[in-house]
Amino acid sequence: MWDYSETVMDHYRNPRNVGKLDDADAIGIAGSLTCGDQLKIYLKIKDGIVTDAKFQTFGCGSAVASSSILTEMIIGKTVDEVKKITNKDIADKLGGLPPEKMHCSVMGYEALEDALKNYGHDDMTDLDDLREEPVREKIVCTCFNVTENLIWDAIKQNGLKTVEEITNYTKAGGACGKCKALIQDIIDTYYHKEEKPVQLTAAQKIIRINNIIEKTISPELQKDGGDITLVDIDGNKVMVKLRGKCLGCKNSIHTLKSFVETTLKDTVDKNIEVVEVE
Amino acid sequence: MEKKLIYLDNNATTRVDDKVFDAMLPYFKEEYGNPSSIYEFAKKANHAVKEARGQIKDFLNAENEKEIIFTSCGSESANTAIKGVLEVNKNKRHIITTKVEHPCVLNLYNTLEKQGYNVDYIDVNSNGELNLEQLEAAINYDTALVSVMYANNETGVIYPIQKISEIIKSKNKETKFFVDAVQAAGKIPIDVQTLGVDMLGISGHKFHAPKGVGALYVNSKTMITPLIVGGHQERGKRAGTENVPYIVGLGRAAMEAQDNLKYEMTEVKRLRDKLEANILKNIFNSRLNTSVTNRVPNTANIGFEYIEGELILLHLSDLGICASSGSACTSGSLEPSHVLRAMNVPFTSIHGSIRFSLSKYTTEDEIDYVCEVLPGIIDKLRNLSPFQDELEALKNLKAVVRS
Repeated sequence: MWDYSETVMDHYRNPRNVGKLDDADAIGIAGSLTCGDQLKIYLKIKDGIVTDAKFQTFGCGSAVASSSILTEMIIGKTVDEVKKITNKDIADKLGGLPPEKMHCSVMGYEALEDALKNYGHDDMTDLDDLREEPVREKIVCTCFNVTENLIWDAIKQNGLKTVEEITNYTKAGGACGKCKALIQDIIDTYYHKEEKPVQLTAAQKIIRINNIIEKTISPELQKDGGDITLVDIDGNKVMVKLRGKCLGCKNSIHTLKSFVETTLKDTVDKNIEVVEVE
Repeated sequence: MEKKLIYLDNNATTRVDDKVFDAMLPYFKEEYGNPSSIYEFAKKANHAVKEARGQIKDFLNAENEKEIIFTSCGSESANTAIKGVLEVNKNKRHIITTKVEHPCVLNLYNTLEKQGYNVDYIDVNSNGELNLEQLEAAINYDTALVSVMYANNETGVIYPIQKISEIIKSKNKETKFFVDAVQAAGKIPIDVQTLGVDMLGISGHKFHAPKGVGALYVNSKTMITPLIVGGHQERGKRAGTENVPYIVGLGRAAMEAQDNLKYEMTEVKRLRDKLEANILKNIFNSRLNTSVTNRVPNTANIGFEYIEGELILLHLSDLGICASSGSACTSGSLEPSHVLRAMNVPFTSIHGSIRFSLSKYTTEDEIDYVCEVLPGIIDKLRNLSPFQDELEALKNLKAVVRS
C-alpha cells in the first residue's frame, strides 16, 4: 500500500474541477491509455488570467490528486505565473508523493506545459490531433514515449541525480530498460561530468568507441545473455561481432541499430554507422 | 463503529484458520524440543513433524512420506525443485515454462537464461489457456525441465497438468516436470500420482496456514540437490532445524483444506459466480478477463474499461473492501500484469483489471455489499475519465447487445 498524504487522499476521494470546458482557450494532454495514465486539462483564459480550469484523468490515486490540486493552483493566476509552476510545486502542494509516484506530478506539469504551448494558436481545436502530430523532440524511452526535454526538465526542477530517480519521475527506463545508458548520458551532460569533445582525433575516437562498447553496451547485452566485440573501425564505420544470445536473435538488427548505433552516435559522433561482420 | 472488513484477496494471502492456530500453539512454549534431539522431551516435536508429513502426503496423494520436503514458502519450493533438478542434469540446457507463471518462477528462469540456459515461454490464448501444441513441439532431447503452474494466481485458470505430463513422457522420458501448485492447493483436489508430475510445490499461507511455511513434493524417481546445504534434516534435501509449529500448522491446514474442498467447489464458487454475474450485468464497462469454466472456484478477474485499477482499489479500500489489481500503478513496477498482457487483454481494460479472490470465510452479505457499492464507485471514476466519447460508444454498444 502506498503511503499517501492526507492531502493526496482528500483529492482522489473528492477531486475538484472535474470535467471539460467546451469553450476552453487552451487544452493540454499528457500520457496515454497504453502507458496507464492520461491527463487532459482545460483552461479558460481571459486578459492573461486563468479564470477557470477543469481536468479529466485516467490514472491512479496520485495522478488524480496531482490533476485536481493543479487546477486549484492555477485558477486566478496569470499565465506568466502559471508557466512557472513545476512538478515539484505540485508534489509539494500535495504534501509530497511516494518516490515511485513522482511521475504523476510530472504528468501534471507536462499537461500544463502542453496547454500553454498551444495557447494562442488559432488551430487549437481538436485535442486528439495533437497525438498525431510528428514528435518534435527526440524520444529517449520508447516504451513510455519520454522525450529528452522532459528528462532534462525533471533533472532541473527536482535535482535528480540517478537513473532510478529519473524512472520514478518520468517512467523512462521503467519497462525494457534499454534506454538507461542514454538517461545516464543526459544526467552526465547536465552535470557536466563528461565533456563531449567537439573534434576527436582518429585515435581518440577509437579509444572512445572501444570504451563505450566495453563499459556501456556490452554489460547491457550481457544482461540478456548476449554480448558484443569490436572488430574494426574505418572512419565512421564501426564493425562489430555479436555473440551469445544475440547470435541468430531475430531482434539483433534492431539491437544493432537502435541501441548500439544510437548509443555511439549520441556519445561519439552522429555520423557513426554500425555494421555486423561475420 | 467497528470498521467493516471484506477480504476478497485470498490469492494474496489468507487468514489463519482457528483450528490451525490452536494446533500450532503448544509447539512454541511447551513442546519446543528440537526434533533431531534424542531425549524423551523432543519426541513430541519429532512426532508432530512426522504427523504433518503424513498429512501433506495424504493431501497431495503422494506415494510415501519420504517424498515430502518442508520448506519456508512457495518460492523456496520452486527454487529447490528447479535448481535442484538442473544441478543433477547438468548436461541438459533446455527448459520450458509458460508466459504466465508467477514472478517467483519467471524471475528464476530469467536468471537461468543469463547463465546460458535456453528457456521457451509457452503462449496463452485470450482466455488464458495454454498452447499445448507449442509446448509439445518445444520438447526435445535437451529438455531438462518443464515447469507449469497448476492454477494461475491472477485469472484462476487451471492448466491441464495430467495431459501435459503425458505429452512430456511421450516426447522425452528423461524430462522432469515441476508444477507450481501454490494457487491450486485448497481450491481443487491435488493428486500427484494421477497427475504424473515429478515435483510439485505448495505454500501454506494460501490455504489458511501461516506465512513462512510450504512444502515440496519430489517423487522417489527424481533426484535433486539441496538448495540449502547443512544438516541432515528433510533427508538431506533441506538443511535447517524444522520449523515445528509452522509445519504442524501446515499439516493441520492441509487436513482442513481437504475437508473443505467440496464447500470450495460449491458454495465459494456460487458466491464468485454471483459476484461476476452481478458486476457484468450492472456495470456496462466491465468485462471478464477470462470466462473459461476450468478455473479455481474462488477467483474472478474483471476489467473496468477506461478507468484505472489502483483508483478503484483505493475507493474499495475506503469501504473496507480488499482486492487487487493487474494495473501498473499498484505493483510499483511501471508495467501492467504480465499475465493479462500475455492474454492480449486490450489496453483499454488491462489497467483497470481487478481480481477478487474469495475464501471459505466469504459470506453472502459481503458479496451483496460489494455488488451494492461497486457500481457507484465505477460510475464516479468513469466521470473522471478523459475517454468520455469512448465510454459513451461502449455504453451504446452494450445496450444494443443486450436488447
